[in-house]
Amino acid sequence: MIEHIPIWWYLTLSAVLFGLGVAGFIYRKSVITVFMSIELMLNAVNLTFVTFSYQNKNIDGHIYSFFVMVVAAAEAAVGLAIILTIFKNRGTLQIDEIDSMKL
Amino acid sequence: MDSILFIIAAVAAIGCGLNLVLQKHPISSALSLIGVMSSLALLYLLLGAEFIAMAQMIVYGGAVMVLFIFVIMLLNAGAEKRSDKSLFAQIAGFPLLAVLVVLLAFLIRETPFPSKISQVQFGSWVPGGSAEAIGMQLFSKFLYPFEVVSVLILIAILGAVVLARKEID
Amino acid sequence: MNLWLIPLCPLIGFLLSGLLGKRLPKQLVNIICVGSVAASFGLVIYLLSNIYPVNTPVTEHDFTWIQSGGLKIGFDLSVDRLTAVMLLVVTGVGLLIHTYSIGYMSHEEGYGRFFAYLNLFMFFMLLLVLAQNLLLLFVGWEGVGLCSYLLVGFYFKEKFAGDAANKAFIVNRIGDFGFMLGILLLVIQFHTLDFASIATAVKGMPVESSMGALSIITLLLFVGACGKSAQLPLYVWLPDAMAGPTPVSALIHAATMVTAGVYMVARVSFLYDHAPGAMHIVALVGLATAVFAATIGLAQNDIKKVFAYSTVSQLGYMFLGLGLGAYSAGVFHLMTHAFFKALLFLGAGSVIHGLSGEQDLRHMGGLRKAMPITFVTLGIASLSISGFPFFAGFYSKDAILAAAYESASPWMFWVGAATAGMTAFYVFRAYFLTFFGKYRGHHHPHESPFVMTFPLMVLAVFSIGAGKFLSVPEWLAPMFPVTEHGSMQPMIISASFGIGGILLATLLYVIVPSLSDSVKSAAGPIYTLLANKYYVDELYAAVIVKPLTLISRTVLWRGVDEGLIDTGLVNGLGRVAQALGEVARRWQSGSIRNSATWILAGSLLLIFILGLGVR
Repeated sequence: MIEHIPIWWYLTLSAVLFGLGVAGFIYRKSVITVFMSIELMLNAVNLTFVTFSYQNKNIDGHIYSFFVMVVAAAEAAVGLAIILTIFKNRGTLQIDEIDSMKL
Repeated sequence: MDSILFIIAAVAAIGCGLNLVLQKHPISSALSLIGVMSSLALLYLLLGAEFIAMAQMIVYGGAVMVLFIFVIMLLNAGAEKRSDKSLFAQIAGFPLLAVLVVLLAFLIRETPFPSKISQVQFGSWVPGGSAEAIGMQLFSKFLYPFEVVSVLILIAILGAVVLARKEID
Repeated sequence: MNLWLIPLCPLIGFLLSGLLGKRLPKQLVNIICVGSVAASFGLVIYLLSNIYPVNTPVTEHDFTWIQSGGLKIGFDLSVDRLTAVMLLVVTGVGLLIHTYSIGYMSHEEGYGRFFAYLNLFMFFMLLLVLAQNLLLLFVGWEGVGLCSYLLVGFYFKEKFAGDAANKAFIVNRIGDFGFMLGILLLVIQFHTLDFASIATAVKGMPVESSMGALSIITLLLFVGACGKSAQLPLYVWLPDAMAGPTPVSALIHAATMVTAGVYMVARVSFLYDHAPGAMHIVALVGLATAVFAATIGLAQNDIKKVFAYSTVSQLGYMFLGLGLGAYSAGVFHLMTHAFFKALLFLGAGSVIHGLSGEQDLRHMGGLRKAMPITFVTLGIASLSISGFPFFAGFYSKDAILAAAYESASPWMFWVGAATAGMTAFYVFRAYFLTFFGKYRGHHHPHESPFVMTFPLMVLAVFSIGAGKFLSVPEWLAPMFPVTEHGSMQPMIISASFGIGGILLATLLYVIVPSLSDSVKSAAGPIYTLLANKYYVDELYAAVIVKPLTLISRTVLWRGVDEGLIDTGLVNGLGRVAQALGEVARRWQSGSIRNSATWILAGSLLLIFILGLGVR
């Protein structure tokens, strides 16, 4: 068994999770799922912060991660409120049908 | 011991992430997201960030995901249907994605980390616990961002209330 | 006393009358405008009485106008003996003409505008005369050109007045181009435009025997003088400028503006002294102009045109004097010419006013009983311009012709004397046709009011006495050394030519009037040539004006402006922007997933650059 985990495993895991988040954002068609992919991306980044905090033995990484969490929570609240409004106005939750911001 | 925990948490995280992307119904995706967050909390514990791990579980798992599930229930979101719009995304998305992950992995691998601490050990590396250390920094060096974030939350609350209330007829 | 007060008074008059003139009663406009010129005149008298006998020039430096690199040009005014002469002439004659205009323009509309322009002209002319450097002089030069345009085109509702004003300004401009080139060359050569500095710098330079830098400079400056002072070939604007009101012709085109060229040449005489080749050309052009214009004047029928060609001819005399090195003689003739030419024009104006606008000599005659004061004063002026002994013109013309007699080319004297005879002849022809014989018109001639005849009388006094009592060559002797005349011969010869001309005119127009008609028909084609001014205007129109307008219209207007700039550049840019916009428009499709994919692509690029760049 490996004695200790090298740091780059954590970072690679974070990168893979981020990639999965992007995949979800691009390929999913429901607005709520897209939103969840955004949360996944944010989490991946949080992992990176904490990892580097461990590497540099500096507590500031934890604090950045904390702020990211706070902002993500606020964003989730507002975003879901917006989704509710969109559903009320258009009656659909498919991303491809919400395309009126065009020239 | 910690390597086994890492393997378990990592596999769980990636598995739930794949599930999130591949499932058809939003509720399944939401539950997979909860799984991802839990595994990440475990990973934080492995990295000695117990305060962050707890905050993750409480804030994300306990509040944000509950909100998501409530909204899915409220809107009665159904399974997704096929769509043939957004061709560019469907075609170019996968290659770009692959390039992204490969690039990131390459960059990570090529970066010369100081070999002394490229190994992770289980257990807290902050003497006295990370909560105390975070608290000390938060209210001295990061006081201003802390206050600003408080205002941000207030605004988010107001925004959510305004957006989501019923129209008064 | 501050020198800048002298041009300031007319400037204030211009501003007040220009801005408020329409709303003010005529009396107030009179007080403001004539008063401002009177104030200037008073200031000049006061100044000269203080600094008499002006052995050293009085200079003042008001502010630095241009400071660029090594070139420093200030608003410098100065008064020396030459300036003193010009100041007295400009303000004195100007005051008299302003007074005269009160009567002459009393029935015209645009009264306030007229006086405003006259005051503006006085301002610029005084600036020109007081300037201590060539650029400030040029400012005055251009300014008087502008005022000439405004005043010649005063009756702007008539097309020929507007055309005449355009012609005056444009032809002047051609001369100004030469002037500006001269200024540029001066800056290159001496790095300054200050008269005193250039004079000291030139002292050390040798006298040029062939075309050197100084010759080119002086010739270019002379081109400017040709334009402003109506010499060959740029004289064509002056006869047409008679379209303006008569006081304008008197002030600007007789006494002051056209003499600016003469003044300028006298002012930079130190340059001309070092370029004898250029001086010779100046004398030749002056003499040629004098003869040319005199011959045309023989056959004109409009009283103002006769005097206009006479002005051109007399200016030629002045340049002849300058070109022969007799600077003080040229300036002397400038002064006496101001008096008798202004008197001639004002008198002609009086006749025209008395005949309610008639200007053709063939419709005048026998007016000596109806307009006695005008008759006497015009007679005095005619005698003066003919060089009749002991009148003012006699002394000044003699000074010039004597210089010609004693110069290296005495043939100039004989040509000049013959021209003097012609001058006498055509002036008296006009005089006799106006005042003798039977009245051939249909109006009721009457004498002009006192406000118009008073200036005539003052000018008449000066036309007689200015020669003997205001001897300019003596006054200017410290600046331009005068050599004593050798003999009385040139004086006698030129006087006899003059008297001969008068007698011939008397014969042809008073004693045996029918003789003039037979002479005219005998001369036949020569007479037609003269009457049509040698067809010079038509020549210019065909050779210069027509091709230029053609090129402007087809090539520059349609081709370059419309085709290239409007369609090509301006519209073209618009079309390019539109095309690009059409292409870029499709990007904004509204699809969120597409936008996200583009963001991904962009961020990949960034990561690539940053990540591999750090390496």
